[in-house]
Amino acid sequence: MFKILEAEQLSASVYKQVIHAPRVAKSCEPGQFIIVRVDETAERIPLTICDYDREAGTITLAFQPIGVSTHKLVALKAGDEIADFVGPLGRPSELVTDDFEEVKKKKVVFIAGGVGTAPVYPQAKWLHDHGIECDIIVGARTKELLILEEEMSKVGNLYLCTDDGSYGFHGVGTAMLEKLVSEGHHYDLCVAIGPMIMMKFACLTTKKLGIPTIVSMNPIMVDGTGMCGACRVLVGDEVKFACVDGPEFDGHKIDFEQAMKRAAMYKTEEGRRLLKFQEGETHHGGCGNCGGDK
Amino acid sequence: MADVLKKVPVREQDAKVRATNFEEVCYGYNKEEAVEESQRCITCKNAKCVEGCPVSIDIPSFIAAVKEEKFEEAFQIISKSSALPAVCGRVCPQESQCEGKCIRGKKGDPISIGKLERFVADWARENGIKPAAPSEKNGKKVAVIGSGPSGLTCAGDLAKLGYDVTIFEALHKAGGVLVYGIPEFRLPKDRVVGPEVENVKALGVKIETDVIVGRTVKLDELIEDEGFDAVFIGSGAGLPKFMGIPGETACGVLSANEYLTRNNLMKAFHEDYDTPIVHGKKVVVVGGGNVAMDAARTALRLGAETHIVYRRSEEELPARVEEVHHAKEEGIIFDLLTNPVEILANENDWVTGIKCIRMELGEPDASGRRRPVEVPGSEFVIDCDTVIMSLGTSPNPLISSTTKGLEINRRQCIVATEDTGATSKEGVYAGGDAVTGAATVILAMGAGKAAAKGIHEYLSGK
Repeated sequence: MFKILEAEQLSASVYKQVIHAPRVAKSCEPGQFIIVRVDETAERIPLTICDYDREAGTITLAFQPIGVSTHKLVALKAGDEIADFVGPLGRPSELVTDDFEEVKKKKVVFIAGGVGTAPVYPQAKWLHDHGIECDIIVGARTKELLILEEEMSKVGNLYLCTDDGSYGFHGVGTAMLEKLVSEGHHYDLCVAIGPMIMMKFACLTTKKLGIPTIVSMNPIMVDGTGMCGACRVLVGDEVKFACVDGPEFDGHKIDFEQAMKRAAMYKTEEGRRLLKFQEGETHHGGCGNCGGDK
Repeated sequence: MADVLKKVPVREQDAKVRATNFEEVCYGYNKEEAVEESQRCITCKNAKCVEGCPVSIDIPSFIAAVKEEKFEEAFQIISKSSALPAVCGRVCPQESQCEGKCIRGKKGDPISIGKLERFVADWARENGIKPAAPSEKNGKKVAVIGSGPSGLTCAGDLAKLGYDVTIFEALHKAGGVLVYGIPEFRLPKDRVVGPEVENVKALGVKIETDVIVGRTVKLDELIEDEGFDAVFIGSGAGLPKFMGIPGETACGVLSANEYLTRNNLMKAFHEDYDTPIVHGKKVVVVGGGNVAMDAARTALRLGAETHIVYRRSEEELPARVEEVHHAKEEGIIFDLLTNPVEILANENDWVTGIKCIRMELGEPDASGRRRPVEVPGSEFVIDCDTVIMSLGTSPNPLISSTTKGLEINRRQCIVATEDTGATSKEGVYAGGDAVTGAATVILAMGAGKAAAKGIHEYLSGK
C-alpha cells in the first residue's frame, strides 16, 4: 500500500496528491510517468509525474479525473492509502539523457496545455537546476484552469495565456509562440505537452517555424511495461510502444489523427462504468448500453 | 473391474453451458476416481514418466501413495520437486511429457498423471496441508525477478535450502502468466493460483509487487546496494508480436496479451471491476497456439462469434490437442490454411473486416512442418469488429538493456546455460521464457529448478 501524504485541488478540474513511494522517487527522472491502481477493482491508470523528492521519498501527481478510477483517486484524502503505485515508466526526457554539453547549448521553449503543465514542470525545473534558461508557455481555456503558476515562474521565463483572455495573453499557446518568435526569440527545441489536439496544433506551428518538437503521448495503457501493446503509436512509418519507446516522441512524425481515434476506443465502455460508479445504487440503466434495465 | 486399458474419464462442464461463463471447464477427479485411476499404474522400476517430467517428480511413488489413499504423503512427494502442482496438473502438456512416455500408453490409454497430480494438490489445499517447512536460514540473500512459474519454482527451491529469497514482481499481483495470461476457466486464480503462491510464501519467500527491475531499481543496484548475493531473472517473454500488415493500428485490433490481461488480471469480464474490454460481436483471433485458444475462448464467453485464423492446417496447430478440442466443442470456428494480409477499417478507424488469403501446404521447412504457400488470387474478406493478434511474444529488453555485462542473443533472449542457468554475468542466473522465448509453464519451472541448483552450488562455493 502507498500512503497519500497531501491532497489538494489545484484548479477547477485538476487535483494534486503527494504519494509516499520511496523506490519510485529514488529512480524517476523528468519525462517519466507512473501507474496507479487505487483499489482492488480499479483500473491501472498511467499518470504523469509533476514533481519528486528523493530525500522525502515522495512523488507529486497532478491529474484530471476522467474515468471511474481517477474519480476514486480524487475521493481519497491525506492519510489514505492506494493499493498500487508503480514506476517510473517510460524513458526519461532526452534533455536529461542526451550529452549535457549539447543540451546546454539549446534554447528550449515549453508549451504546456491544461493538465499537461504537470509533466512539463520537472523538465523545466531540471534545466533550471542545471543552470539552463528556458521559456515556458502555459495555456488554458480560462484563468480558473491554469495551474502551477508560482512554481513555473521560479524555473523559467513564464508566459501565461488563456483562450478567453481572462488572464495573461489572449489566445492559445501556439499563438503565443508565434508572437515570441516574431519578436525575435530563437528556439532550438520545443517540448509541447497537453491534450492531443493541442500537441497536434503545436506541431503544425513549430513545423512551419522550423523548430524541432518533442511531444509526450498518453495513450491507453494496461501494464505500462511493454506487455500489452495497447499504447501503440504511429511515429513516421514505425509502430512504437509509448510505454517503453516513449512517452516522448518527435512530434513532427506522430500521426495525431490516428492517436486521437485510438484514445477514444474504450469511451463508451468507460462512460458506462463511470455512470454506474457515480449513480451507485440509483443506476438502473435506461441508456440502452449496459442492459442494466433489462 | 473397469477396462485397465482405458483411463477413468474426467468430468467436465457441459460445452454449451461453459461457453457462457468463466467457471473452470474441467472438474478433475474425485477421491474414488483418483484411486481407481491410480490402480492402473504398474509402478515401473525404471519409470519413463519421470524422464518426461521437466522437474522430475517421483511420479510412481506419488501414485503409489494415492493407491493407498495416503494423499498427504503423495502431496509431500510431489512438493519435493514442484511448487505448483495444482497449476501443473491443469496446464502442463502431459501428453508430450510424462503421459507421453507412460508404458501403459503403448497399448491403451496412458495413466492420467496430470489429473492425479491435480487431485492430490487440490486435496492438500482443501485439507490445509502445506509443503514441509524449510530447514534453518543460511544468511544468504537471493533476488528473484518475476513471480511467474520459473521465479516461483526457483524461489521455492532456494527457500527450502535456507536462502533468504525476495521476489520482485512488476505487476500488482504475483503469478506472472498464471494470473495475466491463462484464463480463469482453465486456471482459477483465487482458488488455485493464489494458494500455490501462498505456499511458496509459507516457505519464507518474500514477494515485493510493483517493482519493475530495470526501471524501479536496476539489477546492479540489487547486488551493489541491496546486498543480494545472487539474482535469478525469470522475467518471461512479455512483448507481443504483430504481423506488420496494413491496418494493424486500427481500433479493435489488440494483442492477445492485452485482451487476456484486461480479462484475467484486471477482471474486465466482472461487472464490479473498472477496467473496460472490447465486447466484439464477431472476433477473429490470428494464431494457432494455446494463447490463441485462450483468447478465442474468452471472446466467445464475452458473447462473440469467434474465429481462429491460422495459416497452416489442423495438424500443425501448436496448441494442445485438449485445448483445440475444447475450443471446437464450445463453438469456435476454425478458418485454417488462411493468412491475414490486411485489416480493413471504417472512417472512425474501427475494424470492419480482415482480408485473408488461402494457403496450401508445400515442402517441409526448417521446422519440419510443411511450409504454407499462398494460393494466388484467393483473397477474401472475413467481416469482423475485433481482431486479436496471437503470434507469440519476445523477451522484454528492460533488464538486459539496463544491466552491465549481461549477454543476449539476436532474439533478445538472455544467454544462459541449460543445466545451471548461469548467464555471462557472475552471480546472475536466468531461466524460463526470458531465456528460451515463449514456451510452457513446466519448461519454465524446470529452468527455475536448474537455476536454483546452480545458484546453490555457486553460493556454497563462495
